[in-house]
Amino acid sequence: MPQVTLTVNGKTHTVEVEARTLLVELLREKLRLTGTHVGCDTSQCGACVVQMNGDSVKSCTTLALQAQGASVTTIEGLAKADGTLHPMQEAFREYHALQCGFCTPGMVMSAIDLVEKHPAGLTEHEIREGLEGNLCRCTGYHNIVKAIGAAQEVMHGRSATLAPAHAAE
Amino acid sequence: MYDFEYHKPTSVADAVKILSADSDARPISGGQTLLPALKHRLNKPTSVVDLSGIAELKGIKRDGDKIVIGAMTRHADVANSAEVKAAIPALAQLAGSIGDNQVRNRGTIGGSVSNNDPAADYPSAVLALNATIVTSKRRIAADDFFQGMFTTALDAGELLVAVEFPVPEKAGYAKMKNPASRYVMAGAFVAKTGGQVRVAINGAAACVFRQAEMEKALAASWSPAAVAGVVQPADDMNSDIHGSAEYRAHLVTVMAKRAVAAAG
Repeated sequence: MPQVTLTVNGKTHTVEVEARTLLVELLREKLRLTGTHVGCDTSQCGACVVQMNGDSVKSCTTLALQAQGASVTTIEGLAKADGTLHPMQEAFREYHALQCGFCTPGMVMSAIDLVEKHPAGLTEHEIREGLEGNLCRCTGYHNIVKAIGAAQEVMHGRSATLAPAHAAE
Repeated sequence: MYDFEYHKPTSVADAVKILSADSDARPISGGQTLLPALKHRLNKPTSVVDLSGIAELKGIKRDGDKIVIGAMTRHADVANSAEVKAAIPALAQLAGSIGDNQVRNRGTIGGSVSNNDPAADYPSAVLALNATIVTSKRRIAADDFFQGMFTTALDAGELLVAVEFPVPEKAGYAKMKNPASRYVMAGAFVAKTGGQVRVAINGAAACVFRQAEMEKALAASWSPAAVAGVVQPADDMNSDIHGSAEYRAHLVTVMAKRAVAAAG
């Protein structure tokens, strides 16, 4: 069986996989990192988004073997070892940017890539456009957009702390 | 998904060798179309040949009056390329409008052009800009390349290596996205290159096509008003639950007007 070597959340793994194994199957079933979700399995919903070599990708539409040598970050790799949340995770919590939570890992991973690629900042409209590849079936987009708007200020160092949700009203 | 053998060659020659020896082998670039098709078991390749290890297929360069884009260049790279933005801003804009951020981080120009999905964006730019398709064995003019729904001039075992876009004087792209799937319902790419006008319509019919009447109208007068009066016949337009042939025919004119306005 083919082997793939990749780094996930800073740890290097060498895993035997079938050629047809998807990256999300490797993450969930071989490495037991079940924070990455499979929603639609047709590359539309974005619940499976992870970062691969610094870009957000749909792990249900990437072969595990295509991640050979790659550095992958999943939702489990965001918080610090002491449990301190990533500013984007903290913003999702503060702004109640989740309802059932199923889309949340993919939303957070997409949002981080979006903010990192736009150091000058994103308007509300640009955030909404940037989330085109992520669906929330609870339709909870409004607070997700607010959370990303607040998180980008912290991520780009324009604000030391997250603006409390009520202050944004 | 059925299982297959996986190959990752490091040269075009090696990839062609594997693909030529086995008619059931399939190349994979970004995989954003092929993998969903394999999941649905619409295709059962014996081998999948990953092109991502072939350095010569990647990159964007300005070559005189042309922009040359390697087959494995991702949509995100074309959208963000300073060279493309400076020379053919409409092409960068088109690339930045394909799918979503995650699709653009994987999907490639070679994959899109070789697949020739009727609702794909790139074929309209290739046809309107009169690009040349460079393959592993020859050069193919855009007019000869797109032959029908999901059908191109590529032979079995022939790989698309690069697309050469002549730099136009003016170019613009506009599309109407399906509100649910975001696929193109009708799109128009208009370009004036070396004094010649070409208009390519995507999404509306089974295959991208040139709109000769609009080309004539724009050659006489480059303005949105010039195409406003050109009626696209509904005969060969797609008709489905998302829109009738008549609706798509109407959209063709609207998109052409917007594309000319965008081109300036």
